[in-house]
This record gives sequence, structure tokens and C-alpha cells, in this order.
Amino acid sequence: MTSRGKALAWQTVAVLVTATIVIYFANNVVTNLAVRGIQFGFGFLWAKAGFDIPFHLAEWDVNFSYGRALWVAAINTLFASAICIVLASMLGLTLALMRLSGNLLAMGTSRALIEVIRNTPQLLQIVFFYFAVLQALPPMRQSVTIGTSVFLNVRGLYLPAASGTLWDWITGLSWAAVLIAALLWRRIGMQLPRLLVLPPVLILGLVVAGFTAQWDAPALKGFNFQGGVRVPPEILALALGVSIYTSAFIAENIRAAIIGIHKGQTEAAFSLGLTPGRTMALVILPQALRILIPPLTSQYLNIIKSTTLGAAIAYPEILQIFARTVLNQSGRAIEVMTLVLGVFLAINLVASAAMNAWNRKLALQGR
Amino acid sequence: MIRHPVFRALFGSKFNAVVTVLMLALFALTVPGLVRWAFGHAVWEAMNRAACVATDTGACWAFIKARFALFFYSVYPEAERWRVHLGLAVLVVIGAGALFSHGRRGWWLLGLLVVVPVVDAILLVGGIFGLTPVPTERWGGLMLNLVISFVALGGAMPIGIALAFGRRSQWPVIRYGSTLLIEFWRGVPLLTVLFMGLVLLPLFLPHGVNVDNLVRALVVMTIFTGAYMAETIRGGLQGVDRGQAEAALALGMHNTQVQLLVVLPQALRLCIPGIINIAVDLFKDTSLVSIVGLFDLMGVVGQSLKDPAWTGLASEGYVFAAVVFFFACLVISLGGSVLERHFSVAPRASKS
Amino acid sequence: MTSLPARVLRAGRIALAAGAAVFLSGAIAKAQVAPPPGPTVEAMKKRGALNCGIDTGVPGFAFQDNKGVWHGIDIDYCRAIAAAVLGDPDKVKYTGTTAAARFTVLQAGEIDVLIRDSTLTFTRSTVLGLDEVAVNFYAGQGFLVRKSVGVTKAAELQGATICVITGATLELNIADFARSTGAKIGTLLFDKPEEAIAAMEAGRCDGYTDDSGSLAGMRSTLKNPDDWFVMPELISKEPLGLHARSGDPRWQKILFWIDNALKSAEEFGVTKANADQLKASSKDPFILRLLGAEGDTGKALGLDETWALRAIKVAGNYGEMYETHFGPKALNLPRGLNNLYTHGGLHYPLPIR
Repeated sequence: MTSRGKALAWQTVAVLVTATIVIYFANNVVTNLAVRGIQFGFGFLWAKAGFDIPFHLAEWDVNFSYGRALWVAAINTLFASAICIVLASMLGLTLALMRLSGNLLAMGTSRALIEVIRNTPQLLQIVFFYFAVLQALPPMRQSVTIGTSVFLNVRGLYLPAASGTLWDWITGLSWAAVLIAALLWRRIGMQLPRLLVLPPVLILGLVVAGFTAQWDAPALKGFNFQGGVRVPPEILALALGVSIYTSAFIAENIRAAIIGIHKGQTEAAFSLGLTPGRTMALVILPQALRILIPPLTSQYLNIIKSTTLGAAIAYPEILQIFARTVLNQSGRAIEVMTLVLGVFLAINLVASAAMNAWNRKLALQGR
Repeated sequence: MIRHPVFRALFGSKFNAVVTVLMLALFALTVPGLVRWAFGHAVWEAMNRAACVATDTGACWAFIKARFALFFYSVYPEAERWRVHLGLAVLVVIGAGALFSHGRRGWWLLGLLVVVPVVDAILLVGGIFGLTPVPTERWGGLMLNLVISFVALGGAMPIGIALAFGRRSQWPVIRYGSTLLIEFWRGVPLLTVLFMGLVLLPLFLPHGVNVDNLVRALVVMTIFTGAYMAETIRGGLQGVDRGQAEAALALGMHNTQVQLLVVLPQALRLCIPGIINIAVDLFKDTSLVSIVGLFDLMGVVGQSLKDPAWTGLASEGYVFAAVVFFFACLVISLGGSVLERHFSVAPRASKS
Repeated sequence: MTSLPARVLRAGRIALAAGAAVFLSGAIAKAQVAPPPGPTVEAMKKRGALNCGIDTGVPGFAFQDNKGVWHGIDIDYCRAIAAAVLGDPDKVKYTGTTAAARFTVLQAGEIDVLIRDSTLTFTRSTVLGLDEVAVNFYAGQGFLVRKSVGVTKAAELQGATICVITGATLELNIADFARSTGAKIGTLLFDKPEEAIAAMEAGRCDGYTDDSGSLAGMRSTLKNPDDWFVMPELISKEPLGLHARSGDPRWQKILFWIDNALKSAEEFGVTKANADQLKASSKDPFILRLLGAEGDTGKALGLDETWALRAIKVAGNYGEMYETHFGPKALNLPRGLNNLYTHGGLHYPLPIR
């Protein structure tokens, strides 16, 4: 048999076996659903939810549907993931640099922290940080006040909220402009570093927008502060718990990547008169980044999945809102779990694709 | 004193000095309170929480003492617990042999992969050789974490190897199929697939067939770990010099032989650190099975907090669980680094 | 005049009909004597154990002691059922079920009965295909709040934040209550009560809500129980009880009448201690019927005549069970609605006759 024919034969066998298994399972599912009198369908997504989601970035009201709840919870998951990814990267870098710093105490602490963090269950850590955060924040009646309308207490950080049509337009346009400029930076021939120019532009835009807005300041009424925007302590605890845990792994990846950069690079940079700090920032890290991206991708994907542990500390993410509340109310275990899995797969595939694109870009630049 | 190397390492430069002071301040803030709670004012002997609270203000370790056996074996029958001990002893002896023996390591490893599962399965399940059968719903505590980790890790190896080769296959059907499987399992949170396993696995089986709850968790954990294993092993396969395979082919070996006998062993050696990381992660993740109604260590701790005699002692329970997990994971890591050292030293030694 | 063969034929027919009638009536009589016990009981007898779905841990209902032995009113029910049906209260296989999986596990046939402080509701009965067999605990959703906030009624919780555990009807009840009264109550959803309670103590929320059966126990575990109080008002009805899978009416009848027997025993003063003695010496025909000294209640259920006696001897009558797990020496919860109808409660056992 030719190798081509053989390949074809084997692949056909693989397809047939897979198809048989799939058909067998599908058949079982159909029979079982019928026997148990379980109906399958996604019609329930349009039913009224009736429950409160305590923290939401997208609009939410108890009269919205289950489908809307999925959207709101997905946004919350993405929000937490984004914060954790940024924080974990920064912390990971800090821990890695501590371990490479040469200060005995810093090295020892970093090593001990990494070992403790890596070797205890993440869920316990998140619960621990939640209560640490709650203990650290002052009670509501003794809020830390900044100015007249920013309050910090155990219920969260209260900020004044802006609203108004002009505010919406100007902030939206500033964000869009800055993002587009960031993406096209090189192509439009800009020479200055992005980070030096764009953030001030964005801030300027927001300040201008701020003058046009109506401000709604939080005020203590009855049990709670009313009005304004509230950042709950749960998001802080979740961010700390997830990012500190992941930062231990990222630190090890970064350390491996930095060690992987040839010693000659450092020596060359020193001989050119660069300080150790600038050597690290300008010579070592950019090169280490290239080795780092594949393992970093895995860690970022882990972060996205780990945000589900927020369910334990009252952070309303997909697992809590959908796989707990909605599942319990509607009783539709199969549909709900399928949706939750689908959402996570989609988020992770997009994140993974984005990281791969970045990886390719860096690899190309390096040549 | 100022010239002492330790002092120089701590306060040698301005940056170092600042770091040192910050660290010391952090320790001063956290450590004394913790020590007071955990040791100074702790209560070791009490009948219940009320007695603890009446005695002192610190941790109520009497809770842990009273439930110690439960945390380790859950409700595994007391008269049969020697079987758990024996099983653990077999694992430890053969494991230690595989780590530290010289020369006969291959045999020890084989023992770890064949003898340990068979002997321990017989011991724990029972039903033959005059051993009383112990149904799996009586398994629990730390013992369950160990069982799940061991089975899932053992089962994940062949799955991981198969998927890793599958993803590198030249045949698109196999390649895409493997990639799809790997990415699916890596893309979903373990919590949700565990739940899916609990609820959905019975639906996929013929009507009337019921699978043990533990088996379901094992299946899910094994496939989940297998997907991660596949990626680690794929990394290892990529790291093996292409010349190795070419040389073996030139010697007239069949391609399958080359991959299994030449490339795979070298790849596995390369990915020992990765596999150890997976093992540590897996062991910690076994604490999630309490979500599907199995009573692992975390499940038993949670359950113990519901006994009216001990409710309200969550900190003690969780701290204890964290310490146990920490030491168990430390043992895995240390074992891993011994393996790693051995296998990375060996080729260099042969060169000289 | 008919011919001989025809006569013989007719006689034969009559004989056949008579035979059939005798056979049929015999069969009917037999059916009345010992009806088939139903597939669930048959399966139980074959496996030699009752598969009882319980909570993974909730004080008073199901919890393990230091030795790992299960206790609680739900556990007592499981054991009483095993004693009545299989003759041995220890022939129970406990399956811990989480809130999310409990009904699926029952539907899938992995457990015979779910006794897991689960509220009997319309949806669970109709959409999920379950039978609500009996209520073993009348609860309602209440609030545990800090005394210093100075509220006495749930309607005054306008604007407050309440810690809740997910996976039950609790959050929906709050939303319903808020809609019906116009009070806006914020919720904070936790997986487990330990975290919810600790967050409440840290001041993250103003109160904690749960079934009234759990609240009193929760309060006693707080650092300063005197700073907190359980509001007398309940915002929902939570009849907690036994769920069985639809489709085996005989099994439901057995469960239903075991529950009735336990409550009747309390009504007639039959206790764990005096049951044997009453069976021998009582003059009350009701007690004699209950304990199997007279009548054939057992046969009608497909069990033997002392089924109720065995069930009562496991953990006593309903009142004794309550006393053990919720009485002054345990969680100290007043009986309230869980008393017999004769003492102002809701338990009204149907007559066994």
C-alpha cells in the first residue's frame, strides 16, 4: 500500500470510529432524555429572571431575561479577568525581579511566597484574601473620605458617577481615537513611544467630558451609600486572590525567560554604560518576552478560568449567576451548563488567538 | 559587622536597604498576631466550640484533633483502615525506590505504574482475598485526594502522549481532532466539567447503566489532566533534536519505533518539570470534587463545620487544610526535583 | 332438547368459566393480600440498601459527628424508612447531594428518595417530574440582622444589603418580597454559609437570610451572638420534605405513610421507649393498628405488619426527633409550626385505619 493510501485509510478509520462513538452517545442522550421526561430547549432564556445582580457593568434590572443575565455575567467575568491579567503580570514581574535581585531577604521572601502560593489550593487563598480585605477596610459609618464625594469602606469604593449625552459621546470618542491610534501607531509614522502620548490624550478627553457631565455623588442614606458608582470589595479580593496565585507561576516563567537570555547581552549592555535598571528594561525584558509568551498565554487562560472561583466570595460571574442561580431556578441543568461551557470556550479561544497573534508579531520583529 | 556578607546583601545598596526595611515591616505587622492566634492563645483540648471559646481567644485546634481521623479517611471503616496504611506504604516504598535507587530505577518505575495501582485497588476496594468490600461512598478525606490524583495522573499519561503525537500528526484528520480535544478541555473551567460529568455522564450512557460517583469524577479529572499533559509532552517532543529521529531512521528503525523508543523517552525527560507542575496542580484541584458531592479533605472540612458542636470554626479548618495541602504538594515538588536532577545529570555523566 | 356432546360442551364451558373465575378471584384476592411492592422497593431489596439523598451538611438536618456518623432529622427519616422497608435502619447508603445536582441525581435513579431540606414547589413537581411526598419540616425564610441597625420588620430593610447563599429559593424570595412591598433589598450571593456569615460579621452586609430552621443555629456560632437577632417575621413558606421520582406510586405511598406513622406516634404518645410495651399492653385500637398488633396495614403497603413499629424505634416519634436535633439541648429552636395541630402547629397526621 502506498503511504498516501495508508494515510487515507487510517484517517477514514479514525473518522468512522469517532462518528460511531458520537452517534452512539447521541442516541443514548435522546433515549435518556425521553425516558426521564426531561425537555431540552433554550426557550427559557427569554423568561424573566427576577433576581438581583449586585455588581454589574452592563445594564441590569430584575425584570430582564435569563439571556440578559448571561450577558451581564459574562461581562463581569471579562472585567475580572482583565484586571487579574494586568495585576498578575505586574506582580509576577515583581516577584521574579525580587528573586533575581541579590537582596537575601527579598530573594528568600519571594522564594517562600512562591512556594506557599503554588502549593496551597487557590480557593482557600481567595477566601483568605476576601476576609483580609474586609478586615482591612473601615466600617461603613467610619468611611475613609476623599474630598466630599469619594468614600471607601467595607462595602466598597464609592465614586461619583457621570452621566449625560455629551459625556457619553466625548468619552466614547476619546477611547475609540486612542485605541485606533495605538493600533496604527507605527503605520502613521509616529516616533514617540505610545505610552508617553496616548494616556495623557485620553485623560485630557475625559477631563473635557467631565465638564459637560452631570455628576451624581454618593451619599449615605439609610443602610448604604446611595448614588454614584460602587466598586465592591469582592472584585478587589478576587483580583488579589487570582493574580497573586497566578503571579507565582508567571514569576517562575519570567525568571526562566530572563535566565534564558544569554549573559553576553547583559555584559554588552553594561559595557555600553547602561545602568542595571535600564539594562533590564531595555535589553533583557524585551528579549525575554519572546520566550515568555507561550507559557504566559497558558497562565492568562488559567486566570480567565480561575475567575469562576469568585462564586465563593460573592463576585457575580458566569458560574455563580448562571450555573447556580439560573440553573436552580429553571432546573435546566444541561442547557445551562452547555451555555457556560460555550461562553468559556469562546472567551478562551479569542484570548488564545490574540496571544498567538502577538507572539507571531514579536517573533517577526526579532528577525 | 558592616562588612559581613549577610549585612552587605541586606543593606548593601540604597535599593537593597529599602527592600529590607519594607520586608521587615511587613513581617512585624503580620507574624506576631498570627503566632498569638495559632500558638500562644490556641486551645488544644475541648469537647466543642463553646468550651474552646470559654478557654482562650486563639485557634481552637481541639476541633482538628477531634476530627483528625475523619479528615484523613472520612468514613472508611475503622477496622479496615490498616488497608489504607498498607496501600500508602506500598506507594511510598515503591515511590522512594523509583526516586532514589541507582541502576534498577526502571523496575521501580514499572512497579509504580503497575504494582501500586493493582495492589492499592485490591486493598482499598476489597472483595477478593477475603478482604471486606468497602463501597466508594465510604471513601473520603485526604485519602480520596491521593487516590484521585494518582489515578488521574496515571491515566493522563497515555492520553497525553496519544494526544501530543496526534497533534503533531501529518494527517489532518488526526491533527485537527487532537487539537480540538486538547483546546476544548483546556478552555473550560474544571469546576464546570466536573459538574457536567456528574449530571451529563449518565445521560451519555445506555439507559439504566449507573456509574459510581467517584468513577465519574475520575474520568473527568483524567481527561482534563490528559489535555494539559498533551501540551507539556508536545513541548518536550519539540525540544528533542531532529537529528535523533533522523539518526534512528538511518539505523533502519521503523517510524513508530523511532517515535516511541527514541524520541518519546527523551521528550519525557525534557518535560519532567512540566509534569511535576501538572501533578501539583492536579493534587490541589482534587479539592474541587467536593462540588459534586464527594467528601475529599476540603469536603470533610466543610462538612465538619456543620456539626452543631463545631460550627463557626472555618478559619481553623481551612488553615489545617491549607497546611496539609502545602506539605503534600511540597513532597510532590521535592520528588520531582530529585527526578529532574537524576535525569538531567545522567546524559552529562555519560559524556565524560 | 340438546344433544349430549352439546351438553358436555356447555358443562365444559361452565367449568372453564368457573375455573377462570376462581383463578381470577384468587388472583385478585392474592393481589389484595400482597400487592407488588413497586420497582423501587424491589430494587432496594435486591441491593439490600436504601439509597438516600441527603445534604452535604446542614446543622439539624444532616451532619457528621467526630466519628463520621450521620445525624439530623433528615438522617432519622432515612433510617426510619430503611427500618420499615428493609428491617434494618443501618441499611442506608447516604449520597451527599449539592443543591445544583440534587434533583438530577433523583431523576437519574441514583437515589430512591431525596430528603435534603428541599422545599416542595410547583416547578419541582411539574417541570422536574418529581413527587412531593411529605413535609418533615415547616420552615420559612427569615433574617438574621445586627441589633444596632434597629429594624424589626423585613419591610424596613429598604436599601440594606443581605448576604445569601445561592442554589436555593432564597434569592428569588427576596426579589419577590422586594417587588411585592416595594422595598429594595440588595443581595450578596455566596456559595457556602460560612463565607456568607463571616462577611456579614465583617460588616459587608447588614444581615443574613436563610431558612428559619438554620438561622437560630447560625446565630449561636457568631462571635458576639448578643449583637444579632433573628427577626420573627418570615418572608416565604418553605415546606421542606421528601421528594421521590414520579412513576412509582406504591413507593410514594410507603414514604407518605411512614411520615404519617412517625407523626401519629407522637400524637398518641408512642415513643421509642414505650413502643414495644404499648404494642403488647395498649387498649387503644389506633395504637394497636399503628404498631401492627391488629389489622393489616403492612400488607396493604406491601410491607410486613410491624413496619411502623420498626420506624418508630429508630429515633422515636417525630417529636422525639425534633427534640434531639432542634430542642433546647441542640439548636434550641422553638417548635412553632412544627408542632402537632393539637399544639398549634401544622403537623396533622392522617388517620391510619
